[in-house]
Amino acid sequence: MSTHSPGAPRLPGRSPHRREYPYALFLLPGALAFLAVIVVPFLMNTGISLTHWQGVGSPKWAGLDNYRALLDDSAFWESFRHSLAMVVAMAVLPTALGLVLAAALFDYIAKHIGSRTASVLRACFYLPQVLPIAVAGIVWSWILAPEGGALNEALNAVGLGSLRHDWLGDPDFALYSVMAVMVWVQLGFPLVVFMAGLQRADPSLHEAAELDGASWWRRFWHVTLPQIRPEISVVLLWCTIAALKVFGAVYVLTKGGPGGATNVPSYFSFQSFFEKTQVGYGSAVSTALTVIILALALVALRLQTRAEDQ
Amino acid sequence: MVLPFLVVALNAVKSPAEYSANGPLSLPEGIHLDGLRDFWQRVDFGQKLFNSALISGSVAVLAALLSVLNAYAIGIGRVRGRPWVLAFFVLANMLPQEALVYPVYYLSKQVGLYDTRLSVIIVFTVIQSAFGTYLLSSVLGAFPKEVIEAARIDGANKWQVLWRVVVPVSRPTLGVLLVFFFIWTWNEFLLPLVMLISNDNQTVSVALGVLQGQRLMDATMTNAAALLGVLPAFCFFLIFQRTLTRGIAMGAVK
Repeated sequence: MSTHSPGAPRLPGRSPHRREYPYALFLLPGALAFLAVIVVPFLMNTGISLTHWQGVGSPKWAGLDNYRALLDDSAFWESFRHSLAMVVAMAVLPTALGLVLAAALFDYIAKHIGSRTASVLRACFYLPQVLPIAVAGIVWSWILAPEGGALNEALNAVGLGSLRHDWLGDPDFALYSVMAVMVWVQLGFPLVVFMAGLQRADPSLHEAAELDGASWWRRFWHVTLPQIRPEISVVLLWCTIAALKVFGAVYVLTKGGPGGATNVPSYFSFQSFFEKTQVGYGSAVSTALTVIILALALVALRLQTRAEDQ
Repeated sequence: MVLPFLVVALNAVKSPAEYSANGPLSLPEGIHLDGLRDFWQRVDFGQKLFNSALISGSVAVLAALLSVLNAYAIGIGRVRGRPWVLAFFVLANMLPQEALVYPVYYLSKQVGLYDTRLSVIIVFTVIQSAFGTYLLSSVLGAFPKEVIEAARIDGANKWQVLWRVVVPVSRPTLGVLLVFFFIWTWNEFLLPLVMLISNDNQTVSVALGVLQGQRLMDATMTNAAALLGVLPAFCFFLIFQRTLTRGIAMGAVK
Protein backbone atom coordinates (compact mmCIF):
# COMPACT_ATOMS: atom_id res chain seq x y z
CA MET A 1 0.00 0.00 0.00
CA SER A 2 2.95 2.32 0.27
CA THR A 3 4.24 3.94 -2.84
CA HIS A 4 7.42 1.87 -2.62
CA SER A 5 7.44 -1.83 -3.20
CA PRO A 6 8.42 -3.57 0.04
CA GLY A 7 11.88 -4.74 -1.02
CA ALA A 8 12.99 -1.58 -2.76
CA PRO A 9 15.54 0.52 -0.92
CA ARG A 10 14.40 4.03 -0.08
CA LEU A 11 16.56 6.66 -1.63
CA PRO A 12 17.52 9.25 0.95
CA GLY A 13 15.98 12.65 0.30
CA ARG A 14 13.65 11.30 -2.38
CA SER A 15 10.69 10.45 -0.26
CA PRO A 16 8.35 13.41 -0.12
CA HIS A 17 5.34 11.20 0.71
CA ARG A 18 6.96 9.38 3.60
CA ARG A 19 4.40 10.21 6.27
CA GLU A 20 1.41 10.06 3.99
CA TYR A 21 -1.71 8.13 4.92
CA PRO A 22 -2.22 4.76 3.21
CA TYR A 23 -4.80 4.28 0.45
CA ALA A 24 -6.87 2.09 2.76
CA LEU A 25 -7.81 5.22 4.67
CA PHE A 26 -9.97 6.27 1.71
CA LEU A 27 -12.12 3.21 2.40
CA LEU A 28 -12.89 4.36 5.92
CA PRO A 29 -16.04 6.47 5.30
CA GLY A 30 -17.43 3.78 3.03
CA ALA A 31 -16.64 1.03 5.50
CA LEU A 32 -18.33 2.83 8.40
CA ALA A 33 -21.40 3.64 6.33
CA PHE A 34 -21.67 0.05 5.13
CA LEU A 35 -21.30 -1.23 8.65
CA ALA A 36 -24.18 0.93 9.86
CA VAL A 37 -26.56 0.53 6.92
CA ILE A 38 -25.86 -2.95 5.55
CA VAL A 39 -23.82 -5.19 7.83
CA VAL A 40 -25.47 -4.47 11.19
CA PRO A 41 -29.06 -4.53 9.87
CA PHE A 42 -28.35 -7.69 7.90
CA LEU A 43 -26.91 -9.47 10.96
CA MET A 44 -29.83 -8.20 13.04
CA ASN A 45 -32.25 -9.58 10.48
CA THR A 46 -30.57 -12.97 10.62
CA GLY A 47 -30.62 -12.83 14.42
CA ILE A 48 -34.31 -11.87 14.50
CA SER A 49 -35.10 -14.82 12.24
CA LEU A 50 -34.05 -17.08 15.13
CA THR A 51 -36.62 -15.54 17.48
CA HIS A 52 -40.33 -15.12 17.95
CA TRP A 53 -40.92 -11.39 17.97
CA GLN A 54 -43.85 -9.12 17.26
CA GLY A 55 -41.78 -5.96 16.89
CA VAL A 56 -42.55 -4.80 20.42
CA GLY A 57 -41.40 -6.26 23.74
CA SER A 58 -38.41 -8.51 23.90
CA PRO A 59 -37.81 -11.24 21.32
CA LYS A 60 -38.07 -14.87 22.48
CA TRP A 61 -35.39 -17.28 21.30
CA ALA A 62 -36.83 -19.77 18.84
CA GLY A 63 -33.81 -21.45 17.30
CA LEU A 64 -34.77 -22.83 13.92
CA ASP A 65 -38.51 -22.86 14.65
CA ASN A 66 -39.31 -20.18 12.08
CA TYR A 67 -37.43 -22.03 9.37
CA ARG A 68 -39.15 -25.29 10.26
CA ALA A 69 -42.51 -23.54 10.12
CA LEU A 70 -41.52 -22.12 6.76
CA LEU A 71 -40.96 -25.58 5.30
CA ASP A 72 -44.51 -26.55 6.27
CA ASP A 73 -46.12 -23.31 5.18
CA SER A 74 -47.95 -23.92 1.91
CA ALA A 75 -48.51 -20.16 1.45
CA PHE A 76 -44.74 -19.66 1.48
CA TRP A 77 -44.13 -22.44 -1.04
CA GLU A 78 -46.82 -21.01 -3.24
CA SER A 79 -45.16 -17.59 -3.12
CA PHE A 80 -41.91 -19.29 -3.99
CA ARG A 81 -43.47 -21.00 -7.01
CA HIS A 82 -44.64 -17.57 -8.14
CA SER A 83 -41.03 -16.46 -7.93
CA LEU A 84 -40.22 -19.03 -10.59
CA ALA A 85 -43.04 -17.62 -12.71
CA MET A 86 -41.44 -14.18 -12.25
CA VAL A 87 -38.09 -15.59 -13.38
CA VAL A 88 -39.79 -16.73 -16.57
CA ALA A 89 -41.47 -13.35 -17.01
CA MET A 90 -38.54 -11.14 -16.04
CA ALA A 91 -35.49 -13.14 -17.16
CA VAL A 92 -36.25 -15.97 -19.60
CA LEU A 93 -38.83 -14.31 -21.85
CA PRO A 94 -37.20 -10.85 -21.96
CA THR A 95 -33.83 -12.43 -22.75
CA ALA A 96 -35.27 -14.55 -25.55
CA LEU A 97 -37.39 -11.75 -26.98
CA GLY A 98 -34.59 -9.25 -26.42
CA LEU A 99 -32.21 -11.39 -28.47
CA VAL A 100 -34.53 -11.64 -31.44
CA LEU A 101 -35.45 -7.95 -31.26
CA ALA A 102 -31.84 -6.84 -30.85
CA ALA A 103 -30.77 -8.89 -33.85
CA ALA A 104 -33.71 -7.62 -35.89
CA LEU A 105 -33.04 -3.99 -34.98
CA PHE A 106 -29.32 -4.36 -35.48
CA ASP A 107 -29.02 -6.20 -38.74
CA TYR A 108 -32.35 -5.59 -40.39
CA ILE A 109 -33.88 -2.28 -39.37
CA ALA A 110 -30.59 -0.43 -38.92
CA LYS A 111 -29.33 -1.61 -42.31
CA HIS A 112 -32.47 -1.43 -44.41
CA ILE A 113 -34.43 1.38 -42.82
CA GLY A 114 -31.84 3.45 -41.00
CA SER A 115 -29.92 3.46 -37.77
CA ARG A 116 -31.96 6.39 -36.52
CA THR A 117 -35.16 4.33 -36.64
CA ALA A 118 -33.36 1.51 -34.86
CA SER A 119 -32.28 3.74 -31.99
CA VAL A 120 -35.71 5.34 -31.66
CA LEU A 121 -37.25 1.85 -31.42
CA ARG A 122 -34.62 0.84 -28.90
CA ALA A 123 -35.50 3.91 -26.85
CA CYS A 124 -39.21 3.01 -26.95
CA PHE A 125 -38.50 -0.48 -25.65
CA TYR A 126 -36.28 0.93 -22.95
CA LEU A 127 -38.71 3.56 -21.70
CA PRO A 128 -40.58 1.33 -19.20
CA GLN A 129 -37.26 0.67 -17.47
CA VAL A 130 -36.89 4.29 -16.32
CA LEU A 131 -40.45 4.46 -15.04
CA PRO A 132 -41.12 4.09 -11.32
CA ILE A 133 -42.69 0.66 -10.93
CA ALA A 134 -45.49 2.28 -8.92
CA VAL A 135 -46.42 4.34 -11.97
CA ALA A 136 -46.24 1.35 -14.31
CA GLY A 137 -48.51 -0.39 -11.81
CA ILE A 138 -51.10 2.38 -11.96
CA VAL A 139 -51.05 2.42 -15.74
CA TRP A 140 -51.51 -1.32 -16.01
CA SER A 141 -54.04 -1.85 -13.27
CA TRP A 142 -56.23 0.68 -15.04
CA ILE A 143 -55.69 -0.96 -18.44
CA LEU A 144 -56.48 -4.39 -16.98
CA ALA A 145 -59.45 -3.22 -14.89
CA PRO A 146 -62.61 -5.35 -15.32
CA GLU A 147 -65.02 -2.42 -15.79
CA GLY A 148 -63.97 0.35 -18.16
CA GLY A 149 -60.42 -0.96 -18.45
CA ALA A 150 -58.75 -0.22 -21.76
CA LEU A 151 -57.98 -3.86 -22.60
CA ASN A 152 -61.54 -5.11 -22.12
CA GLU A 153 -62.91 -2.13 -24.03
CA ALA A 154 -60.48 -2.82 -26.85
CA LEU A 155 -61.56 -6.47 -26.96
CA ASN A 156 -65.17 -5.34 -27.16
CA ALA A 157 -64.39 -2.90 -29.91
CA VAL A 158 -62.87 -5.55 -32.16
CA GLY A 159 -65.68 -8.01 -31.50
CA LEU A 160 -63.79 -10.26 -29.09
CA GLY A 161 -65.95 -9.27 -26.14
CA SER A 162 -66.19 -12.92 -25.09
CA LEU A 163 -62.53 -12.76 -24.06
CA ARG A 164 -63.21 -10.02 -21.47
CA HIS A 165 -61.77 -10.81 -18.08
CA ASP A 166 -61.10 -9.48 -14.65
CA TRP A 167 -57.44 -9.77 -15.52
CA LEU A 168 -56.00 -8.99 -12.11
CA GLY A 169 -58.94 -10.10 -9.98
CA ASP A 170 -59.43 -13.62 -11.27
CA PRO A 171 -57.18 -16.09 -9.41
CA ASP A 172 -56.72 -18.14 -12.58
CA PHE A 173 -55.52 -15.16 -14.59
CA ALA A 174 -53.87 -12.76 -12.14
CA LEU A 175 -50.43 -14.36 -12.20
CA TYR A 176 -50.31 -14.41 -16.01
CA SER A 177 -51.42 -10.79 -16.13
CA VAL A 178 -48.67 -9.75 -13.73
CA MET A 179 -46.19 -11.78 -15.77
CA ALA A 180 -47.23 -10.02 -18.96
CA VAL A 181 -46.75 -6.62 -17.35
CA MET A 182 -43.30 -7.65 -16.12
CA VAL A 183 -42.23 -8.71 -19.61
CA TRP A 184 -43.24 -5.24 -20.78
CA VAL A 185 -41.30 -3.62 -17.94
CA GLN A 186 -38.18 -5.72 -18.33
CA LEU A 187 -37.69 -6.18 -22.07
CA GLY A 188 -35.70 -2.97 -22.65
CA PHE A 189 -32.77 -3.98 -20.46
CA PRO A 190 -31.64 -7.10 -22.37
CA LEU A 191 -32.38 -5.34 -25.65
CA VAL A 192 -30.02 -2.46 -24.87
CA VAL A 193 -27.28 -4.73 -23.55
CA PHE A 194 -27.48 -7.06 -26.54
CA MET A 195 -27.42 -4.21 -29.03
CA ALA A 196 -24.31 -2.85 -27.35
CA GLY A 197 -22.81 -6.34 -27.52
CA LEU A 198 -23.59 -6.66 -31.21
CA GLN A 199 -21.80 -3.40 -31.86
CA ARG A 200 -18.51 -4.75 -30.64
CA ALA A 201 -18.93 -7.97 -32.64
CA ASP A 202 -17.10 -8.37 -35.93
CA PRO A 203 -19.43 -7.52 -38.87
CA SER A 204 -17.37 -9.45 -41.43
CA LEU A 205 -18.52 -12.81 -40.03
CA HIS A 206 -22.08 -11.79 -40.65
CA GLU A 207 -21.39 -10.58 -44.13
CA ALA A 208 -19.56 -13.79 -44.99
CA ALA A 209 -22.51 -15.86 -43.80
CA GLU A 210 -24.88 -13.69 -45.79
CA LEU A 211 -22.77 -14.18 -48.94
CA ASP A 212 -22.80 -17.92 -48.33
CA GLY A 213 -26.57 -17.70 -48.52
CA ALA A 214 -27.36 -18.43 -44.88
CA SER A 215 -30.93 -17.51 -43.94
CA TRP A 216 -31.64 -14.85 -41.32
CA TRP A 217 -32.44 -17.48 -38.68
CA ARG A 218 -29.31 -19.48 -39.43
CA ARG A 219 -27.18 -16.35 -39.17
CA PHE A 220 -28.92 -15.40 -35.95
CA TRP A 221 -28.32 -18.84 -34.50
CA HIS A 222 -24.77 -19.50 -35.69
CA VAL A 223 -23.23 -16.04 -35.89
CA THR A 224 -25.07 -13.58 -33.67
CA LEU A 225 -25.74 -15.79 -30.66
CA PRO A 226 -22.20 -17.14 -30.13
CA GLN A 227 -20.81 -13.61 -30.35
CA ILE A 228 -22.83 -12.24 -27.47
CA ARG A 229 -22.87 -15.31 -25.26
CA PRO A 230 -21.15 -13.48 -22.35
CA GLU A 231 -23.85 -10.81 -22.41
CA ILE A 232 -26.58 -13.43 -22.49
CA SER A 233 -25.45 -15.23 -19.37
CA VAL A 234 -24.85 -12.01 -17.45
CA VAL A 235 -28.25 -10.58 -18.42
CA LEU A 236 -30.03 -13.83 -17.57
CA LEU A 237 -28.50 -13.90 -14.11
CA TRP A 238 -29.01 -10.22 -13.26
CA CYS A 239 -32.62 -10.45 -14.46
CA THR A 240 -33.19 -13.60 -12.43
CA ILE A 241 -31.98 -11.80 -9.34
CA ALA A 242 -34.26 -8.85 -10.10
CA ALA A 243 -37.14 -11.30 -10.55
CA LEU A 244 -36.55 -12.88 -7.15
CA LYS A 245 -36.55 -9.43 -5.55
CA VAL A 246 -39.71 -8.14 -7.23
CA PHE A 247 -41.87 -6.23 -4.75
CA GLY A 248 -43.23 -2.93 -6.04
CA ALA A 249 -45.07 -4.42 -9.01
CA VAL A 250 -46.89 -6.94 -6.85
CA TYR A 251 -47.70 -4.31 -4.23
CA VAL A 252 -49.27 -1.93 -6.75
CA LEU A 253 -50.91 -4.42 -9.10
CA THR A 254 -52.43 -7.03 -6.83
CA LYS A 255 -51.10 -6.85 -3.26
CA GLY A 256 -50.35 -10.54 -3.65
CA GLY A 257 -54.00 -11.37 -4.28
CA PRO A 258 -56.52 -12.56 -5.11
CA GLY A 259 -56.15 -15.08 -2.31
CA GLY A 260 -52.37 -15.24 -2.57
CA ALA A 261 -52.51 -16.03 -6.31
CA THR A 262 -49.69 -13.56 -7.05
CA ASN A 263 -47.84 -13.47 -3.73
CA VAL A 264 -44.04 -13.55 -3.91
CA PRO A 265 -41.50 -14.06 -1.10
CA SER A 266 -40.55 -10.40 -0.84
CA TYR A 267 -44.18 -9.36 -0.46
CA PHE A 268 -44.76 -12.30 1.86
CA SER A 269 -42.00 -11.06 4.18
CA PHE A 270 -43.34 -7.49 3.97
CA GLN A 271 -46.75 -8.78 5.07
CA SER A 272 -45.20 -10.72 7.93
CA PHE A 273 -43.28 -7.63 9.11
CA PHE A 274 -45.86 -4.90 8.84
CA GLU A 275 -49.31 -6.48 8.55
CA LYS A 276 -49.16 -9.64 10.64
CA THR A 277 -46.38 -8.39 13.00
CA GLN A 278 -44.67 -11.77 12.81
CA VAL A 279 -41.27 -10.14 12.60
CA GLY A 280 -39.26 -13.28 13.35
CA TYR A 281 -41.08 -15.21 10.66
CA GLY A 282 -40.72 -12.42 8.12
CA SER A 283 -36.99 -12.29 8.86
CA ALA A 284 -36.70 -16.01 8.22
CA VAL A 285 -38.38 -15.55 4.82
CA SER A 286 -36.11 -12.66 3.88
CA THR A 287 -33.02 -14.51 5.10
CA ALA A 288 -33.91 -17.55 2.99
CA LEU A 289 -34.45 -15.27 0.00
CA THR A 290 -31.12 -13.55 0.64
CA VAL A 291 -29.22 -16.84 0.66
CA ILE A 292 -30.64 -17.77 -2.74
CA ILE A 293 -30.00 -14.35 -4.24
CA LEU A 294 -26.45 -14.06 -2.94
CA ALA A 295 -25.62 -17.53 -4.27
CA LEU A 296 -26.87 -16.47 -7.71
CA ALA A 297 -25.02 -13.15 -7.43
CA LEU A 298 -21.77 -15.04 -6.79
CA VAL A 299 -22.31 -17.11 -9.93
CA ALA A 300 -23.07 -13.93 -11.88
CA LEU A 301 -19.87 -12.32 -10.62
CA ARG A 302 -17.80 -15.29 -11.72
CA LEU A 303 -19.38 -15.25 -15.16
CA GLN A 304 -18.82 -11.56 -15.42
CA THR A 305 -15.13 -11.69 -14.54
CA ARG A 306 -14.75 -14.53 -17.03
CA ALA A 307 -16.45 -12.42 -19.71
CA GLU A 308 -14.07 -9.57 -18.95
CA ASP A 309 -11.03 -11.80 -19.30
CA GLN A 310 -12.05 -12.85 -22.78
CA MET B 1 -44.33 -0.38 -25.70
CA VAL B 2 -45.38 3.26 -25.71
CA LEU B 3 -49.02 2.52 -26.48
CA PRO B 4 -50.03 2.36 -22.79
CA PHE B 5 -48.57 5.84 -22.28
CA LEU B 6 -50.53 7.24 -25.20
CA VAL B 7 -53.79 5.74 -23.94
CA VAL B 8 -53.09 7.17 -20.49
CA ALA B 9 -52.35 10.62 -21.88
CA LEU B 10 -55.57 10.57 -23.89
CA ASN B 11 -57.68 9.69 -20.89
CA ALA B 12 -55.98 12.03 -18.48
CA VAL B 13 -57.44 15.00 -20.34
CA LYS B 14 -61.04 13.73 -20.51
CA SER B 15 -63.77 14.82 -18.17
CA PRO B 16 -65.31 12.06 -16.02
CA ALA B 17 -68.61 12.46 -17.88
CA GLU B 18 -66.91 12.06 -21.23
CA TYR B 19 -65.01 9.04 -19.97
CA SER B 20 -68.12 7.26 -18.78
CA ALA B 21 -70.02 8.13 -21.96
CA ASN B 22 -67.41 7.20 -24.56
CA GLY B 23 -65.11 4.78 -22.73
CA PRO B 24 -61.32 4.75 -22.62
CA LEU B 25 -60.65 4.31 -26.32
CA SER B 26 -62.29 7.38 -27.80
CA LEU B 27 -60.32 10.48 -28.66
CA PRO B 28 -60.85 13.32 -26.19
CA GLU B 29 -63.32 15.95 -27.34
CA GLY B 30 -61.31 18.73 -25.80
CA ILE B 31 -58.57 19.29 -23.28
CA HIS B 32 -60.02 19.00 -19.82
CA LEU B 33 -57.45 19.57 -17.11
CA ASP B 34 -59.63 19.26 -14.00
CA GLY B 35 -58.52 15.70 -13.36
CA LEU B 36 -54.88 16.73 -13.40
CA ARG B 37 -55.55 19.73 -11.18
CA ASP B 38 -57.67 17.79 -8.71
CA PHE B 39 -55.07 15.10 -8.39
CA TRP B 40 -52.22 17.60 -8.06
CA GLN B 41 -53.98 19.33 -5.17
CA ARG B 42 -55.25 16.18 -3.56
CA VAL B 43 -51.81 14.64 -3.09
CA ASP B 44 -49.90 17.95 -2.94
CA PHE B 45 -47.92 16.73 -5.92
CA GLY B 46 -45.51 19.69 -5.91
CA GLN B 47 -44.32 18.65 -2.46
CA LYS B 48 -43.87 15.03 -3.60
CA LEU B 49 -41.85 16.18 -6.59
CA PHE B 50 -39.71 18.29 -4.32
CA ASN B 51 -39.16 15.37 -1.93
CA SER B 52 -38.25 13.00 -4.74
CA ALA B 53 -35.86 15.52 -6.27
CA LEU B 54 -34.27 16.32 -2.92
CA ILE B 55 -33.80 12.67 -1.96
CA SER B 56 -32.64 11.48 -5.40
CA GLY B 57 -30.35 14.45 -5.95
CA SER B 58 -28.68 14.12 -2.56
CA VAL B 59 -28.26 10.39 -2.97
CA ALA B 60 -26.77 10.78 -6.45
CA VAL B 61 -24.13 13.27 -5.28
CA LEU B 62 -23.30 11.58 -1.98
CA ALA B 63 -23.20 8.09 -3.46
CA ALA B 64 -20.95 9.23 -6.30
CA LEU B 65 -18.65 10.81 -3.72
CA LEU B 66 -18.52 7.65 -1.62
CA SER B 67 -17.97 5.53 -4.74
CA VAL B 68 -15.03 7.68 -5.80
CA LEU B 69 -13.36 7.37 -2.39
CA ASN B 70 -13.85 3.59 -2.31
CA ALA B 71 -12.84 3.06 -5.92
CA TYR B 72 -9.72 5.22 -5.47
CA ALA B 73 -8.48 2.92 -2.73
CA ILE B 74 -9.42 -0.22 -4.64
CA GLY B 75 -8.69 0.65 -8.28
CA ILE B 76 -5.65 2.88 -7.89
CA GLY B 77 -4.45 2.18 -4.37
CA ARG B 78 -4.74 -1.58 -5.00
CA VAL B 79 -5.42 -2.20 -1.30
CA ARG B 80 -4.81 -5.69 -0.02
CA GLY B 81 -7.68 -8.15 -0.39
CA ARG B 82 -9.06 -6.13 -3.29
CA PRO B 83 -11.19 -8.91 -4.87
CA TRP B 84 -12.84 -9.58 -1.51
CA VAL B 85 -13.58 -5.94 -0.88
CA LEU B 86 -15.10 -5.70 -4.37
CA ALA B 87 -17.15 -8.86 -3.90
CA PHE B 88 -18.44 -7.43 -0.65
CA PHE B 89 -19.67 -4.28 -2.38
CA VAL B 90 -21.42 -6.20 -5.16
CA LEU B 91 -23.13 -8.52 -2.71
CA ALA B 92 -24.21 -5.53 -0.63
CA ASN B 93 -25.81 -4.08 -3.74
CA MET B 94 -27.56 -7.35 -4.63
CA LEU B 95 -28.93 -7.92 -1.13
CA PRO B 96 -32.73 -7.89 -1.17
CA GLN B 97 -33.93 -4.85 0.74
CA GLU B 98 -36.35 -7.09 2.62
CA ALA B 99 -33.35 -8.41 4.53
CA LEU B 100 -32.54 -4.89 5.77
CA VAL B 101 -35.91 -3.22 6.00
CA TYR B 102 -37.06 -4.23 9.45
CA PRO B 103 -33.79 -3.52 11.27
CA VAL B 104 -33.45 -0.23 9.38
CA TYR B 105 -37.03 0.66 10.36
CA TYR B 106 -36.37 -0.32 13.98
CA LEU B 107 -32.96 1.34 14.30
CA SER B 108 -34.11 4.56 12.67
CA LYS B 109 -36.91 4.76 15.23
CA GLN B 110 -34.35 4.33 18.00
CA VAL B 111 -32.17 7.18 16.76
CA GLY B 112 -35.06 9.48 15.81
CA LEU B 113 -34.58 9.28 12.05
CA TYR B 114 -37.83 7.44 11.29
CA ASP B 115 -40.07 9.27 8.81
CA THR B 116 -37.31 11.68 7.79
CA ARG B 117 -36.03 12.16 4.27
CA LEU B 118 -32.51 11.99 5.73
CA SER B 119 -32.99 8.33 6.72
CA VAL B 120 -33.82 7.36 3.14
CA ILE B 121 -30.95 9.46 1.80
CA ILE B 122 -28.46 7.68 4.08
CA VAL B 123 -29.65 4.19 3.22
CA PHE B 124 -29.74 4.71 -0.54
CA THR B 125 -26.40 6.53 -0.56
CA VAL B 126 -24.84 3.37 0.79
CA ILE B 127 -26.77 0.94 -1.43
CA GLN B 128 -26.12 2.90 -4.63
CA SER B 129 -22.47 3.51 -3.82
CA ALA B 130 -21.99 -0.25 -3.65
CA PHE B 131 -22.70 -0.43 -7.37
CA GLY B 132 -20.72 2.74 -8.03
CA THR B 133 -17.70 1.34 -6.23
CA TYR B 134 -17.82 -1.81 -8.31
CA LEU B 135 -18.09 0.02 -11.62
CA LEU B 136 -15.60 2.80 -10.85
CA SER B 137 -13.03 0.39 -9.42
CA SER B 138 -12.74 -1.44 -12.70
CA VAL B 139 -12.55 1.85 -14.60
CA LEU B 140 -9.86 3.21 -12.26
CA GLY B 141 -8.03 -0.12 -12.33
CA ALA B 142 -7.20 0.69 -15.95
CA PHE B 143 -6.15 4.28 -15.14
CA PRO B 144 -2.75 5.07 -16.71
CA LYS B 145 -0.15 4.75 -13.98
CA GLU B 146 2.20 7.29 -15.58
CA VAL B 147 -0.31 10.10 -15.10
CA ILE B 148 -0.54 9.44 -11.39
CA GLU B 149 3.18 9.01 -10.97
CA ALA B 150 3.82 12.26 -12.81
CA ALA B 151 1.49 14.10 -10.45
CA ARG B 152 3.16 12.48 -7.46
CA ILE B 153 6.62 13.50 -8.62
CA ASP B 154 5.29 17.04 -8.91
CA GLY B 155 4.64 16.81 -5.21
CA ALA B 156 0.88 16.17 -5.12
CA ASN B 157 -0.31 14.08 -2.20
CA LYS B 158 -2.92 11.32 -2.58
CA TRP B 159 -5.81 13.63 -1.78
CA GLN B 160 -4.70 16.12 -4.42
CA VAL B 161 -4.14 13.39 -7.01
CA LEU B 162 -7.69 12.20 -6.40
CA TRP B 163 -9.32 15.60 -6.89
CA ARG B 164 -7.08 17.15 -9.51
CA VAL B 165 -6.28 14.12 -11.65
CA VAL B 166 -8.52 11.12 -11.09
CA VAL B 167 -11.90 12.83 -10.69
CA PRO B 168 -11.57 15.14 -13.72
CA VAL B 169 -10.41 12.29 -15.93
CA SER B 170 -13.24 9.98 -14.76
CA ARG B 171 -15.92 12.56 -15.41
CA PRO B 172 -17.77 10.53 -18.10
CA THR B 173 -18.16 7.53 -15.79
CA LEU B 174 -19.17 9.78 -12.92
CA GLY B 175 -21.82 11.32 -15.13
CA VAL B 176 -23.28 7.91 -15.86
CA LEU B 177 -23.29 7.09 -12.15
CA LEU B 178 -25.03 10.35 -11.21
CA VAL B 179 -27.79 9.75 -13.74
CA PHE B 180 -28.33 6.15 -12.70
CA PHE B 181 -28.27 6.87 -8.98
CA PHE B 182 -30.78 9.65 -9.47
CA ILE B 183 -33.23 7.57 -11.49
CA TRP B 184 -32.88 4.42 -9.39
CA THR B 185 -33.49 6.36 -6.21
CA TRP B 186 -36.43 8.19 -7.79
CA ASN B 187 -38.00 4.81 -8.64
CA GLU B 188 -37.35 3.06 -5.31
CA PHE B 189 -40.46 1.81 -3.61
CA LEU B 190 -40.11 -0.56 -0.64
CA LEU B 191 -37.87 1.42 1.71
CA PRO B 192 -39.53 4.80 1.11
CA LEU B 193 -42.90 3.09 1.58
CA VAL B 194 -41.84 1.83 4.98
CA MET B 195 -39.80 4.82 6.10
CA LEU B 196 -41.77 7.83 4.84
CA ILE B 197 -45.25 7.63 6.30
CA SER B 198 -46.17 11.29 6.67
CA ASN B 199 -47.59 13.11 3.67
CA ASP B 200 -44.97 15.84 3.82
CA ASN B 201 -42.07 13.43 3.36
CA GLN B 202 -43.41 11.01 0.76
CA THR B 203 -41.88 10.62 -2.67
CA VAL B 204 -43.77 10.54 -5.97
CA SER B 205 -43.49 6.75 -6.19
CA VAL B 206 -44.80 6.14 -2.69
CA ALA B 207 -47.63 8.67 -2.97
CA LEU B 208 -48.84 7.10 -6.23
CA GLY B 209 -48.37 3.53 -5.02
CA VAL B 210 -50.25 4.12 -1.79
CA LEU B 211 -53.16 5.87 -3.53
CA GLN B 212 -53.35 3.05 -6.03
CA GLY B 213 -53.46 0.52 -3.22
CA GLN B 214 -56.45 2.27 -1.69
CA ARG B 215 -58.30 2.40 -5.03
CA LEU B 216 -60.04 5.64 -4.11
CA MET B 217 -59.74 7.33 -7.47
CA ASP B 218 -62.05 7.43 -10.45
CA ALA B 219 -60.74 6.51 -13.87
CA THR B 220 -59.86 10.00 -15.08
CA MET B 221 -58.04 10.82 -11.87
CA THR B 222 -56.17 7.52 -12.10
CA ASN B 223 -55.04 8.51 -15.56
CA ALA B 224 -54.11 11.98 -14.38
CA ALA B 225 -52.03 10.40 -11.61
CA ALA B 226 -50.37 8.04 -14.05
CA LEU B 227 -49.60 10.86 -16.47
CA LEU B 228 -48.08 13.04 -13.74
CA GLY B 229 -46.02 10.07 -12.58
CA VAL B 230 -44.81 9.29 -16.09
CA LEU B 231 -43.84 12.84 -17.04
CA PRO B 232 -40.76 13.30 -14.83
CA ALA B 233 -39.42 9.87 -15.82
CA PHE B 234 -40.07 10.72 -19.44
CA CYS B 235 -38.12 13.99 -19.11
CA PHE B 236 -35.13 12.25 -17.52
CA PHE B 237 -35.30 9.76 -20.31
CA LEU B 238 -35.25 12.35 -23.06
CA ILE B 239 -32.43 14.26 -21.42
CA PHE B 240 -30.26 11.31 -20.49
CA GLN B 241 -31.02 8.77 -23.19
CA ARG B 242 -27.44 8.52 -24.40
CA THR B 243 -25.98 8.35 -20.93
CA LEU B 244 -28.47 5.65 -20.00
CA THR B 245 -27.76 3.33 -22.88
CA ARG B 246 -24.02 3.85 -22.50
CA GLY B 247 -24.29 3.16 -18.79
CA ILE B 248 -26.23 -0.05 -19.18
CA ALA B 249 -23.74 -1.50 -21.58
CA MET B 250 -20.96 -0.41 -19.23
CA GLY B 251 -22.60 -1.91 -16.16
CA ALA B 252 -23.41 -5.19 -17.82
CA VAL B 253 -20.13 -6.04 -19.44
CA LYS B 254 -17.60 -3.99 -17.50
